[in-house]
Amino acid sequence: MKILFKSLIAGAALATSAGAFALDVTGAGSSFANPLYSKWADAYQKAGGGRLNYQSVGSGAGIKQILAKTVDFGASDMPLTDEQLAKDGLVQWPTAVGGIVPVVNIEGIKSNELKLNGAALADIYMGKITKWNDPAIAKLNPGAKLPNAQIAVVRRADASGTSFGFTNYLSKVNKEWAEKYKFGTTVDWPVGVGGKGNEGVSAFVQRLPNSIGYVEVAYAKSNNMAMVELQNADGKFVAATDANVKAAAAGADWAKSFYQILTNQPGATAWPITSGTFVLVHKMSDKPEQTDAVLKFFNFGFDKGDAIAEQLQYIPMPDSVKAQIRKEWAGIKTTSGQAVWKN
Amino acid sequence: MKDPAMSVTSSSADLELASRVVAGGAQMGQRRSPGRLGDSLFGAAAWLAAFITLLALAGIIVSLFIGAWPAIQTFGLKFLVTSQWNPVDHVFGGFTMIYGTVLSSLIALLIAVPVSFGIALFLTELSPRWLRRPLATAIELLAAIPSIVFGMWGLLVFSPLFSTYVQTPLQNWFGDVPLLGALFQGPPVGIGLLAAGIILAIMIIPFIASVMRDVFETTPPMLKESAYGVGCTTWEVMRNVVLPYTKTGVIGGIMLGLGRAMGETMAVTFIVGNTSHFNGASLFDAANTITSVLANEFAEASTEHQAALFYLGLVLFFITFLVLGLSKLLLRRLGRFEGSRT
Repeated sequence: MKILFKSLIAGAALATSAGAFALDVTGAGSSFANPLYSKWADAYQKAGGGRLNYQSVGSGAGIKQILAKTVDFGASDMPLTDEQLAKDGLVQWPTAVGGIVPVVNIEGIKSNELKLNGAALADIYMGKITKWNDPAIAKLNPGAKLPNAQIAVVRRADASGTSFGFTNYLSKVNKEWAEKYKFGTTVDWPVGVGGKGNEGVSAFVQRLPNSIGYVEVAYAKSNNMAMVELQNADGKFVAATDANVKAAAAGADWAKSFYQILTNQPGATAWPITSGTFVLVHKMSDKPEQTDAVLKFFNFGFDKGDAIAEQLQYIPMPDSVKAQIRKEWAGIKTTSGQAVWKN
Repeated sequence: MKDPAMSVTSSSADLELASRVVAGGAQMGQRRSPGRLGDSLFGAAAWLAAFITLLALAGIIVSLFIGAWPAIQTFGLKFLVTSQWNPVDHVFGGFTMIYGTVLSSLIALLIAVPVSFGIALFLTELSPRWLRRPLATAIELLAAIPSIVFGMWGLLVFSPLFSTYVQTPLQNWFGDVPLLGALFQGPPVGIGLLAAGIILAIMIIPFIASVMRDVFETTPPMLKESAYGVGCTTWEVMRNVVLPYTKTGVIGGIMLGLGRAMGETMAVTFIVGNTSHFNGASLFDAANTITSVLANEFAEASTEHQAALFYLGLVLFFITFLVLGLSKLLLRRLGRFEGSRT
């Protein structure tokens, strides 16, 4: 009886010490990154780590919550500029990359058969090119049979990181778009029908004949949608393959800053509409144990999570960038000026 | 009141109530009465419940107003009549959404009220007794379907059918008619205000129908039997006995439906097209509603954008308030008209 009691106490002590060792982490933000962080969290917990409580409330809300310090980390699909980070005392790093691809529904046109360039894509989304047999499109697709039909333009209705990447690309490749509509999670769309979420856009595109929309590459693949080839910054026509999205991520100058919007990247095979997803924490941590737990979690993700990311159709960060990120972590300090990250 | 029928029934209802109380009192004789303290406690609890409702309402108005204040300062009342919605440059005008909310709800009412009336009439007057219970239950079950299901169904099932079998023929018939044709312009893709209004109608029919059925059943059988006795048809009984007797309840039910239609979010956002540009009078073009734009944009909104969304929320609140006020006014006018007749 006594022995049993003692072992019970020992067990309880063990359990509490393990609990104290693996702190729970709270995060909020990007819904794009939600599947990735959830899967990473599962694996992390199985490996003895703490739990992750992640609220997929959208990038804007994620930024607000980390500024208000209601969460241990914020997650956003739009990177903050270095000036903004310095002003708000935040540190930012990318966790994964994903591609965004225009998809079409035109009779007789299969995946990667239609070629567009940025200027034409922007003109379609501004309502300046209204028919598929427009000379601007025909010139890019010699030999293709394009119908004399109105283009049904589909876009995201909700504010999203996908729209951010897409409009950012359009404003880089088309001056008029840059001046009139700029870029953001939602803009003053001149034409088109708004679908809610990737599924709303794909439902419209699959249903409306002669339509064009844009979705995440992973989503287009799993729904067998007809993707469009785009002309990249080097003038080459490329398809939205994993390798090409990866090439865009590798081409960015991460050493200079993590503020990298990966649209229209140089590189012969770089896919032009690529966007990262980012994590934000405070540079000076009020709660160093919590911040340390956040870093441990993402360290685990970077060490062991590449396979999970690829399974979910995200592109993991290249190893060189991961090393860069860990170096950045060294700059996160407690209020008394000690480094939080000790590995 | 002025209505003789009303006073007859109310006194008979009083009688019934009194007899029930007497019967209950006889049973309760053995039990201990709750006493003065219990009574006042219960009274206080009821007061508190009522007071909390008022407090919550006031709280909502105040917080909406505070949230909307930056936008009210910047855009003023111009917000209600301009239709530019530009989150990047922080220029906001809510006309498209206000128009969309009001029109889609009106379309929904236009369809739902006659259908609900028919359902309630059938259930109370015409239906064979064995069918009443299952039918009434089925209608109430319809009210329990989550709205997102209506939205997905609307987008994936209803709108293709609607586009092929309703919009295209309508456009062929009326597209070139002046004035009327303006309603049917735009690509017939199965979305827009008309489609949203129809989905909303399907959603609010169970609410209006079950309220109507309940109030129709309160009509004293004596009144109806007398009317049938002097040779009235079912329609005449409905028109001249049941409807006048239950008009408050019927209008209340319609208002409940209207409130639900204006506040509905998920189902609408799937099918309304979500464009913040004003597309003219067309019912086929993509449009937007207040609730839909709130659902789509709130999470990612910047400070100014959020204030504009709060402003829209405040506007929706006032529209609802206005509708309620108008219905009360309507009831009062109806009552006065009746008084002059008797």
